[in-house]
Amino acid sequence: MDLYKQPAHVLHDMLENKEITAVEMTKNFIARINSFDNKIGAYITKMSDTALKTAETVDADIANGKKINFLTGLPGAVKDNICTLGTKTTCASEMLKNFVPPYNASVMEKLNKEKAIILGKTNMDEFAMGGSTENSAFFTTHNPWNTEYVPGGSSGGSAAAVASGLAAWALGSDTGGSIRQPASFCGIVGMKPTYGRVSRYGLIAYASSLDQIGPLTRDVTDCANILNIISGYDEKDSTSIKKDIPDYTKSLVQNVKGLKIGIPKEFFIEGMNKEVYTAVKKAVSDLEAMGAEVRNISLPHTKYAIAAYYLIAPAEATTNLSRYDGVSYGARVPGEDIVAMMTNTRTAKFGDEVKRRIMIGNYALSAGYYDAYYLKALKIRTLVKEDYDKAFEKVDIIVAPNAPTPAYKIGSIINDPLQMYLQDICTVPLNLAGLPGISLPCGFSRDGLPIGMQIIGKPLDEETIIKTAYTYEQSNDFHKKFSGVE
Amino acid sequence: MTNYEAVIGLEIHSELKTNTKIFCGCATTFGAPQNTHVCPVCLGLPGVLPVINKRVVEFAIKAGIALNCKINNYSKFDRKNYYYPDLPKNFQTSQYDLPIAEYGYIDIETKGKTKRIRITRIHMEEDAGKLVHSGNTIKDSASSNVDYNRTGVPLIEIVSEPDMRTPEEARAYMEKVKSVLEYIDVSNCKMEEGNLRADVNVSLRPVGTEKLGTKAEMKNLNSFKMVENALDYEIERQKEILEDGGCIVQETRTWDDGKGITLSMRTKEQAQDYRYMPEPDLVPIITTDEEIAAYKKNLPELPDARRTRLINDFGLSAYDASIITTSRAMAEYFDEVTNKGADAKLAANWIMGDLAKELNAENKNISESPVSAKNLADMIILIQKGTISSKIAKKVFGEMWQTKKTPETIVKEKGLVQITDTVAIEKIVDEVLSQNPKPVDDYKKGNKKSIGFLVGQVMKKSKGKANPVVVNKLLKEKLD
Repeated sequence: MDLYKQPAHVLHDMLENKEITAVEMTKNFIARINSFDNKIGAYITKMSDTALKTAETVDADIANGKKINFLTGLPGAVKDNICTLGTKTTCASEMLKNFVPPYNASVMEKLNKEKAIILGKTNMDEFAMGGSTENSAFFTTHNPWNTEYVPGGSSGGSAAAVASGLAAWALGSDTGGSIRQPASFCGIVGMKPTYGRVSRYGLIAYASSLDQIGPLTRDVTDCANILNIISGYDEKDSTSIKKDIPDYTKSLVQNVKGLKIGIPKEFFIEGMNKEVYTAVKKAVSDLEAMGAEVRNISLPHTKYAIAAYYLIAPAEATTNLSRYDGVSYGARVPGEDIVAMMTNTRTAKFGDEVKRRIMIGNYALSAGYYDAYYLKALKIRTLVKEDYDKAFEKVDIIVAPNAPTPAYKIGSIINDPLQMYLQDICTVPLNLAGLPGISLPCGFSRDGLPIGMQIIGKPLDEETIIKTAYTYEQSNDFHKKFSGVE
Repeated sequence: MTNYEAVIGLEIHSELKTNTKIFCGCATTFGAPQNTHVCPVCLGLPGVLPVINKRVVEFAIKAGIALNCKINNYSKFDRKNYYYPDLPKNFQTSQYDLPIAEYGYIDIETKGKTKRIRITRIHMEEDAGKLVHSGNTIKDSASSNVDYNRTGVPLIEIVSEPDMRTPEEARAYMEKVKSVLEYIDVSNCKMEEGNLRADVNVSLRPVGTEKLGTKAEMKNLNSFKMVENALDYEIERQKEILEDGGCIVQETRTWDDGKGITLSMRTKEQAQDYRYMPEPDLVPIITTDEEIAAYKKNLPELPDARRTRLINDFGLSAYDASIITTSRAMAEYFDEVTNKGADAKLAANWIMGDLAKELNAENKNISESPVSAKNLADMIILIQKGTISSKIAKKVFGEMWQTKKTPETIVKEKGLVQITDTVAIEKIVDEVLSQNPKPVDDYKKGNKKSIGFLVGQVMKKSKGKANPVVVNKLLKEKLD
């Protein structure tokens, strides 16, 4: 049995039934990383030693008859913008190349409490800015289904790790689609929970009002289980929501009878990739065949969402990134005086995409343009949210594609930022509205690349999303297919 | 020649006396070893998030109410992009368009006249750290280190309308704000520790005109004297420029206290574009009318109300009442003295006189006074009873200051009880009269002033214990 092809819940059962030890399982994944990560480039930092140490304590616990939790002893990966105490957290940037946080992100505390095994920190677009993981300052991650293609971004490292069996599960972060889109490109499940459901404390900020941590997994069952672990109010994050978390595994039922599914016409537009269109439409009719009611809906402000996003996110990023000045932490490039030092540092250590967004953000916030750009973007954000509020008066759930196309070739649009930004058109509106959404596989292109469908829910209604996704997932075996890296 | 009038506005920054910082749990204690009160949050490490300290909001609301402001039910934080090495995030979390309080006022008194100064707004923000230069100034320093202990200490900024016209008014305004903040116990107001500091704006315009002139701003003045001196200098400087037909440049200036001059720091052209944006890491602050009403109810008696009470209930002069109520500690000391039954006028005189003098000389706060309110009250009561004279009381007070003993003990130990026994005094008077024939003769020839000398001699012989009223009476009887 190929361990690395198994979803986490199968591995969990094996551990619990003592069919394998945590050390064996961890060694298995470490060996696979050592053999294949050179082809994928999923990891920036490997944590093999600490992973094995944790595995040993898990085995001791099991030997002592201790009950294990879902992620206990299960090897996974964490995006490199989530702070890990004592282990480098680089954000795939030269700026933080040697940054070792003196503290843990709140999600890390939760994972550590579970004794989850962390195999390493995964590659990403620098500071989570980008949709292809080509913007990493270190190297590009490759799509496991075809290494000439991008894995999506910015959580491309996490998505590729799970898809290629270099981790049983992973965490990513989603600011404009950075979990869902790479999940879609890599043929796995990725969820962006409701804004505030998971604590952001320790997530190195890109755009604070949009960022959200979420799981990337092989199937919906794993997604629900991990969501159980990472969700919940955190007193260190004022924006986290003070509401009890339901047991999401209770939503792992096959039942969409009478469920009203909304199909937004703005997401199925002329000119979008035919294969994506067909696959998602087919998924909708499958759900309909299983008893769901399908309704056509309209989200009229969708077309402005990208513009609003590319003002709001850079505006927040520009202030979030102003702390990287070469003074207190991170890289420093010397200069004649303090201004020259700071200029040299930022010039040399930020990549092009980061600089581009810092410039856009500063421009949008500057005195003369604030009203015309930033304030207007905030107004659009409200309108986008209202679109969804209205839609959810009529439907329980919304289904749409994740991206207008399947994965594209590395290098094909990296020099065309606008084209790259348009890739986010299906995912960005949810971040503006703070809504939860999942991506799960719904087919493959003729070239053998995965296609993902997106299921969007009401705020804090991850349960309906999981139920719908699970029902659909059980009706096919797209999630059981494994990418080609062997 | 044109007569100019100054138009002055103040922005007062006050550090709040919370135990912990505004966005994290670090201590705010002053004077701790460098960088010992820091954590990932106030160091602005990547990934950290701020969490508002509820006491900060509470203190800001109290200040708002005490300064007659409207408290906003909906208030939020913003990021002010402000580049400073002692502000580790390189933006300051502050409040921009929706501050916690607005539209207030306080009344000040100068030259016996009351004037209302309007308060534009009060907002909350975080303080920056402190640069520690290796040399005397930043320019002759080989290195500069940053102490982040103060980073994140909560501040309120109280912004006035440009309603002041003289340095004296500006000073009175700042004194009043300080006293209000002290009364409601939200700030230590220790100016020498930077608890209270002001940025001062001043412009000149021809008397009788409405249009505002070009202003200069002076930053970080942390004493009343600095505010007054800097304004005196700046008004004179601007006047000279205007009289020579020149133009004032809008700029930020620093006050060099040593040289007694202001110097240009940066002009408007170099001014910052703060690029404010809503702080996405903090949720808005919602304050209900009920909460505001509850704060109002629990507010202590404020200086103005207290002053009125002292005038009405004790018949103190407006001047005395103002001085006594300037600080809450002094007003409470006064209340304690009078509650013990001491005469209010005498109490006011002793507090403003001998006590204030000694406190100033030793640079002590009234709460640190070795003479307790109870002891001062007892001493005043001894005067009222005639046990000691006012003159002896000065001795007693001096002893109390030195030894902290009760006045009764001191009077007893030193035998300072006033001699009111007429027979005993008469004996001394007779001795003095027989020993000083010349002054006696002078008096009888019509030089009535010489009685003063004779009184002095009697007092001297009695070691100051003879009741002067009795002495005067007996001398007159014998001479006339």
